[in-house]
Amino acid sequence: MARFKPHSVNESPLVPLPTNAYIPQRDLDKAPILEVSHLGIDFGGLTAVNDLNLTVGRTEIAGLIGPNGAGKTTVFNLLTKVYQPTRGSIMVDGIDTHSMNTAQVNRLGVARTFQNIRLFNNLSVEDNVKLGLHNSIKYSMAGGILRLPSYWKQEKVAHDRALELLSIFDMQDMADMKAGSLPYGAQRRLEIVRALGTNPGILLLDEPAAGMNPSETAELMENIIKIRDTFQIAVMLIEHDMNLVMGICEGICVLNFGKVIAKGTPAEIQENPAVIEAYLGRKKEG
Amino acid sequence: MKNLKKTTKQDFITYLAVILAFIAITVMGDAGMLSRSFKGQLVPICCYIVMAVSLNLTVGILGELSLGHAGFMSVGAFSGIIAAMSLQAAIPSPVLRLVIALVVGAAFAGVAGALIGIPVLRLRGDYLAIVTLAFGEIIKELINCLIVGVDSKGLHIIFNVSGAKTVNDLHMLEGGRAIIKGAQGATGTETIASFTAGFVLIMISLVIILNLVRSRSGRAIMALRDNRIAAESVGINVTKYKMMAFVTSAALAGAAGALYGLNYSNLLATKFNFNTSILVLVFVVLGGLGNIRGSIIAAAILTVLPEMLRSFADYRMLVYAIVLILVMLGTNNAQLKGLLAKIIPTKLRKEAK
Repeated sequence: MARFKPHSVNESPLVPLPTNAYIPQRDLDKAPILEVSHLGIDFGGLTAVNDLNLTVGRTEIAGLIGPNGAGKTTVFNLLTKVYQPTRGSIMVDGIDTHSMNTAQVNRLGVARTFQNIRLFNNLSVEDNVKLGLHNSIKYSMAGGILRLPSYWKQEKVAHDRALELLSIFDMQDMADMKAGSLPYGAQRRLEIVRALGTNPGILLLDEPAAGMNPSETAELMENIIKIRDTFQIAVMLIEHDMNLVMGICEGICVLNFGKVIAKGTPAEIQENPAVIEAYLGRKKEG
Repeated sequence: MKNLKKTTKQDFITYLAVILAFIAITVMGDAGMLSRSFKGQLVPICCYIVMAVSLNLTVGILGELSLGHAGFMSVGAFSGIIAAMSLQAAIPSPVLRLVIALVVGAAFAGVAGALIGIPVLRLRGDYLAIVTLAFGEIIKELINCLIVGVDSKGLHIIFNVSGAKTVNDLHMLEGGRAIIKGAQGATGTETIASFTAGFVLIMISLVIILNLVRSRSGRAIMALRDNRIAAESVGINVTKYKMMAFVTSAALAGAAGALYGLNYSNLLATKFNFNTSILVLVFVVLGGLGNIRGSIIAAAILTVLPEMLRSFADYRMLVYAIVLILVMLGTNNAQLKGLLAKIIPTKLRKEAK
């Protein structure tokens, strides 16, 4: 794992670069998909995230871990602009997302899933995926109402694409079911498919393995790698299952109390005393 | 593909039912089988069906409770009346004038919907409902102040805020005619509305709403209802689609209002008050949120029923209120739902599929 010096280092002397950004060797010749510098947010007097610096490579699988309440989901909410950051900047694909909203950031290439599953429960599985494809389907409101040729053509393309995406998880047969009636695991997978429909550059997965048994988790790990390889995108995940994190992540960032306490490869993180302390507590002195 | 076929079939049944009902009523009317009072109810029924279907777009499909739908009907009614009456000399054909009146009514109500939508759609839930209620009342009061007349020089409009002005203040030329006389409302309107026009309007509304729901835009609107945060996360522009639903809904209500207005020679602005908004909401809730066919049936039955039970008409609002409460309780009560499922198992099982 080589150290990466972000390209913008010399351009902006006021903003010191993230010093220890880990990017896989293969991504080094390409600009990172995500660059976060000095990111922070306060809720009232509480600083939920402070001075977060992150760089994620084009095809990296990155992990964001930390004890409960460390601010991991808040980081995802900041990256997707569910919250507007109080401080710092988020660059997606080299573009500053300052003052953008969630939908605009998605169009730049940030797609996500949610810790507490958020599907369109009353719509069919296929429609959920088609909503992911929403911005790649292009016909006007009038085209839809009058059922112009563009409607039929684009809906056909969307239908085929939706089934193709569902086939990643072997879910084509569920296309007509209501999303809310799917079993838990399938709902989690559908969220990933929907996110992939938006054609992202980086996929943020918030606890994708929550509630899964070890064999399902193993399958999920394979699928995450498969998605990365097929779509050539970056994946960043929050997860408590250390087998999954240490098994597939190439770079890991550890948060505690809203601050980064360690960054590195899985091997480095496992031996980092600060991480061990955050997870297990410190031995009483004397 | 199976799903597409199923929904297309459902829509087809709705269209077919409306067409069959229209043919049946027309045939019965020609054969003299319908009472005079029922015939008089036909156009209002069509108007209320369109109102219910359009409100269902806001409440059932967008998922935002609007309590000011009568306001848009009112805008459509009075702008439609002004259009039809001022063009009386220029366009002799009543059919063409009716079409123009409906389009004008829809356009004005759509603009009103857009103007009101800008502030209102920033709010959520209860707050949105209360603010739409307020806007509905504001529209009613504004139209109550309106004095409009037409003469050979064109339209004369004054705004009677003080309450002291009369038609004479329009300073119309010889032969000029008042169309709307402030608090007295629209008087002397030529009643050019017809049942056939009502039927056509229902069909157009159905095509617009059903096709919208099955399209890309409709999916986005329903996504906002089901989960706004998730909808944003897949790149859906919240404001755009909320406005789209709200304005479409308002424009259709405007067209319904124009038809309604041109069915009566006298029409008061106070007709379109809070009660009317609630009445339409009752149709939507009774018919089922998001269920377009249900809205049509509920609107038709609940408009006819009070006329048939004329002696109980005084208690109409009371009965509506009780029905609304019962339906709300029924649809939100798991035990009652379970009981219903036992009574009508096949129907519910079908719906679940």
